[in-house]
Amino acid sequence: MNEEKQILIESRNLTKEFDTGKKGVKVHAVNDVTLQIYKGETLALVGESGCGKSTLGRTLIRMLPATAGQVYFHGQEITALTDKEFRPLRPKMQMVFQDPYASLDPRMTVRDIVAEPLNTYKVCKSRQETTQRVSELLEAVGVPVEFLGRYPHQFSGGQRQRIGIARAIALRPELIVCDEPVSALDVSVQSQVLNLLKDLQKEYALTYLFIGHDLSVIDFIADRVCVLFLGQVCELAPRKELFEKPLHPYTSFLLDAIPHADPHLRNSSRKLLTGEIPSPLALPSGCSFHTRCPYATEECRTTKPELKTYGDRQCACHHAGDFSA
Amino acid sequence: MENQNNILEIRNQRSCFFTEKGVVPAVDGVSLDIPRGKIVGLVGESGCGKSMTARSIMGLLRYPGRVAGGSILFEDQELTTCGEKQLRAICGKDISMIFQEPMTSLNPALKVGRQVRETLLAHNPSMNREEAKRRVIEMFTQVAIPEPERRYNCYPHELSGGMRQRVMIAMAMIGSPKLLIADEPTTALDVTIEAQILRLMKQLQEQTGMSILIITHNMGVVAEICDYVYVMYAGQIMEQGETFQLFDHTAHPYTQGLLASIPRLGKNPERLHAIGGVVPNLLHLPKGCSFCTRCERATDACWEQRAELQPVGAEHYARCFHCGEGTA
Repeated sequence: MNEEKQILIESRNLTKEFDTGKKGVKVHAVNDVTLQIYKGETLALVGESGCGKSTLGRTLIRMLPATAGQVYFHGQEITALTDKEFRPLRPKMQMVFQDPYASLDPRMTVRDIVAEPLNTYKVCKSRQETTQRVSELLEAVGVPVEFLGRYPHQFSGGQRQRIGIARAIALRPELIVCDEPVSALDVSVQSQVLNLLKDLQKEYALTYLFIGHDLSVIDFIADRVCVLFLGQVCELAPRKELFEKPLHPYTSFLLDAIPHADPHLRNSSRKLLTGEIPSPLALPSGCSFHTRCPYATEECRTTKPELKTYGDRQCACHHAGDFSA
Repeated sequence: MENQNNILEIRNQRSCFFTEKGVVPAVDGVSLDIPRGKIVGLVGESGCGKSMTARSIMGLLRYPGRVAGGSILFEDQELTTCGEKQLRAICGKDISMIFQEPMTSLNPALKVGRQVRETLLAHNPSMNREEAKRRVIEMFTQVAIPEPERRYNCYPHELSGGMRQRVMIAMAMIGSPKLLIADEPTTALDVTIEAQILRLMKQLQEQTGMSILIITHNMGVVAEICDYVYVMYAGQIMEQGETFQLFDHTAHPYTQGLLASIPRLGKNPERLHAIGGVVPNLLHLPKGCSFCTRCERATDACWEQRAELQPVGAEHYARCFHCGEGTA
């Protein structure tokens, strides 16, 4: 790791709320999130469904407008820009989506899909040059160039995801938000795509925000991990430290719940999290995790824990690290 | 039945899709035993025919899919030829099934309590409604639904995914089945809820002594609760065996590749193992072994003819000419 890490993008007190149609009732999807992503790293966002990880990813790169708070890209506040001012920055921030079936237009050929961002930003001077560039991109992601004229339905899930990745790297971005890019794929294909993402990161000096729910996948790809619960950061730490000694009880439960592909690791006595996620319409008082937390005390029920720094990691818990794991 | 210890015996089962482009052998000669009181796992990637096998047992194949041969024996009763009426008497009572997506398997317009009660009354026409309602609430308690009386009057959309899956399990368990078929029961759920549901299924199995067939793509789920494992690829069983034996002495190159490509917490290498190529089109299967197009060990013999399942250990079989040669 480089000593002087350069911040690529950071959010300060970022909040995103959605209206529900009922007056005064709002979904608090992202709540007061402050985090930094360093140049060249992979930061993983994990959490259960509905915890706001996709919303956070999208709000960070301005695919959704923030309700409050700021986002800085290379030190420039992008939340304050107008759409027109932001436009030249969009090529620097791209996205790979979860569902390779829904994210490619079924009526466009592969060439046109990958060429679309190039045309939008008028990167190439001629049609031939565009096609040439598309061929290079397809080669980089491992899709045979002779498939240029084919349509998405002629490809398997893994190949489609490769096409989606080719489109994302077409404009030479610095940051790619990967929103569950492998959760719709079979394991044998999943490993191909994960390897590809790692290779591309080296080749193009990319920074990833990798959104996922599978901690084994996160362990393979991430440098640092940020655990979200109900739109708030529970814990943020370098991968190895987080997996070896989680400070937040929620992280510890998430790690414990993973079924291991090894029958010798069966453990019928391991502790399981009870209950389910509280509604984001009405957040619990104090720590939002206290309704499910077996270690919760009176303090947890009344006072919301601050995100505190412990060396190179952060954790929001009154009893951080102080529970029997 | 070949073995009275088995509750279900599938022999040489074939189920095909009869399409305009030709006959697609989605289940191609599968034989499978489910012993009484055991949990059997059927694993494979999407499109390998695992759900099709389960649906064949229940007679739930949809056009253009059809059972094309073989036998399915449930307690000495042949299910493939027994007729609609008899099948309906067995299914939902002695054999019941839970599906992957609990939202689409429940009727959104009816209260969940009523839906479970309907299942109960269909198989016990003489039971009165009050009695039925009491049984349903008892069942809700058994599958650990909090506040069962209140949940009885909830609509599916008022419940979370985990709660809906518990309702589905209650519905499947209400007839005290001897065999429960669970088709990807935890795939749509978060890991913390998945762990809860798996533990619940294991507990119910121990309490009632029923057998369970779990269809899944997740090797972790299999390792966690199954006693026996069948690995399926392109419509055929590639490897089968007792769980510990199969995981400790994996014999088939496909199973080895599958296990090697799973990312593992704390043990991840720089690069993950990947099985090259893609699953073959079932309309144009290779003449020999269906895995030969992706197999590193494939020889001329593999391209020419199909291997039979052969014993490679105690209660452990693999369909490969080269099993035991090297380990991936």
